[in-house]
Amino acid sequence: MARRYLPVAAFAGLIVAIQLATFFTGTAYHLTQLTMTAYYSLVTVGLCMLIGYAGQISLGHAGFFAIGGYVTAFLTTCNLKLHPGVLVSVLEKSGLLVARSDAYGGSLLTVHPWPACGVAILLAVVIAYLVGGPVLKLKGHYLAMATLGFGIIVYRMVLGTEFLGSADGISDVPGFPLLSGMLITGNSSARVSNYYLAWGLVILGMVLLLNLIHSRVGRALAAVHGAEDAAGAMGIPTARYKLNTFVLSAVFAALAGVLLTHYNGGIGPSEAGVMKSVRYVAIVAIGGMANLWGALSMSLVLNYLSLRGYFGTYDDAVFGVILILIMLFAPDGLLRRHILSDLKRAVSRNPAEEEAS
Amino acid sequence: MLGGMTAVTLSRFVPLPLAILAAVVITTIVGAIIEIVFIRWLHKPSVLRMVIITIGLSILIRETALHIWGESVRALPYFTGTSVSSINLAGVYISSQILWVVGIGALVVAALGAFFNLTMLGRQMRACSANRDAARLCGIDAGNMVTLSFMVSAAIGALGGCIICPITYVQYDSGTPLAIKGFTVAILGGLGNSTAAVGAGMILGILESFSIWVLPTAYKEAISIAILLIILFVKPSGIFGSAEAARLKEF
Repeated sequence: MARRYLPVAAFAGLIVAIQLATFFTGTAYHLTQLTMTAYYSLVTVGLCMLIGYAGQISLGHAGFFAIGGYVTAFLTTCNLKLHPGVLVSVLEKSGLLVARSDAYGGSLLTVHPWPACGVAILLAVVIAYLVGGPVLKLKGHYLAMATLGFGIIVYRMVLGTEFLGSADGISDVPGFPLLSGMLITGNSSARVSNYYLAWGLVILGMVLLLNLIHSRVGRALAAVHGAEDAAGAMGIPTARYKLNTFVLSAVFAALAGVLLTHYNGGIGPSEAGVMKSVRYVAIVAIGGMANLWGALSMSLVLNYLSLRGYFGTYDDAVFGVILILIMLFAPDGLLRRHILSDLKRAVSRNPAEEEAS
Repeated sequence: MLGGMTAVTLSRFVPLPLAILAAVVITTIVGAIIEIVFIRWLHKPSVLRMVIITIGLSILIRETALHIWGESVRALPYFTGTSVSSINLAGVYISSQILWVVGIGALVVAALGAFFNLTMLGRQMRACSANRDAARLCGIDAGNMVTLSFMVSAAIGALGGCIICPITYVQYDSGTPLAIKGFTVAILGGLGNSTAAVGAGMILGILESFSIWVLPTAYKEAISIAILLIILFVKPSGIFGSAEAARLKEF
């Protein structure tokens, strides 16, 4: 038990250390990118669960991210004062709406972020169930193409829909109020608290997933990944486990989409793009497929570098190269859990081979 | 995309037919190099691994094209006539380039059919697709066949890019949607059946064009992918493919 939470504590220590380092070196502006990294990491660990543990690939997770982000962005910016009706007044009476003023002093009546978030997650769950059911019956390149197709459909929908802002996306999304007056917002005065909030959420998600992996569900998924037919023969409902993992990872992506949208104050169609989905898969691949900590640490490093603009115009190319190299030379992922024992075996095997030749 | 872009660049220096020929040859060589460098030496790669590698490659090619050619949209000139001239065909006015596209498309399909059914090389390739190990036992070099199939499909893709780009234009990112559409058509027609693929392509094209009657134009792309998903869910063997043959393949 203690062993399982040791890395969690170490990671929490790292997060605090990074914050302190930026504080003492006066580079607190890095925390903004690091907070965004945290939300992207949430998608990555969810996807890692799906790819690494359930053995199903998804090249459409940016779609779920965008569904979460766009639903909450639309609901919290659509001015319901312009659309009076019975439904609006019922919603207002039940306290689900909130009145605020926009940047020009006009008054707005919009859905409160909490119910908006609820609707977003619910929609993601419903879509994940609808899409996941038939899609997860497919294997190999059919599965990859079907999920890729799903991602592109979402991208085209948000790009072509006028009330979702078309190519401009949605901006002026308000902050996400939490208990005790905290606000998820990109405002620089709330930078430190938001940084801890985001990473705290990631750690919470990690604990949830780690417990899931070490439970009955996790063992069943490992069996499905190892040999699906054998697992089915042992009485494991393979289809249901795969579907539930798919939905779980979709919820992670949608939640990340919701919160990052409130943090950034807006969302654009590029968040739904194919490149984003490929990027998540690349990070999971380099992190070691079935290695949540690997995926998380790689996501921290790569997303941060990418968001800070270190890759310049080669941003997408970098992730393409990573994906190719990993798949060519280490198809099981780079940071495997047994990497040390693998290295030992490789070292001990080499002299023997030389003797033989 | 690569074919179209190369042809556009070359057509500034050499006559159009020569530019297209050179573009096809260059793209074919690129296809061969990609296969030899990235795929060939892998030991029994899983399908998923190859898919991810090719997706990575398509990103790389796209980014390379972006850095070479920039973001501007380009086009080849019309092969005959101009963009406004048209030919009266039994009372219907159509652009001459459309005739080129249809004609060359028909030629390629006929050539492919002859290649797969009449030549030794084509039969060897089909044998490899049906059963790699058995083909190898009969003395066919399966590795070379994969390289060759990469080259053939790259050449056809490049030719397609050249003949269509006077109408549709070409830019650095016009490859990916076409790849998806190509995959949709291949699935729709049943994999490994080039004649059925033409029929499927026509059905898809007509459905997509007519969809703008009921849905906004911006959703056009989504339509073809939605069709892909429906086909995969309902009848993964394709509408013209036999379910029996599909059972032998892995879905």
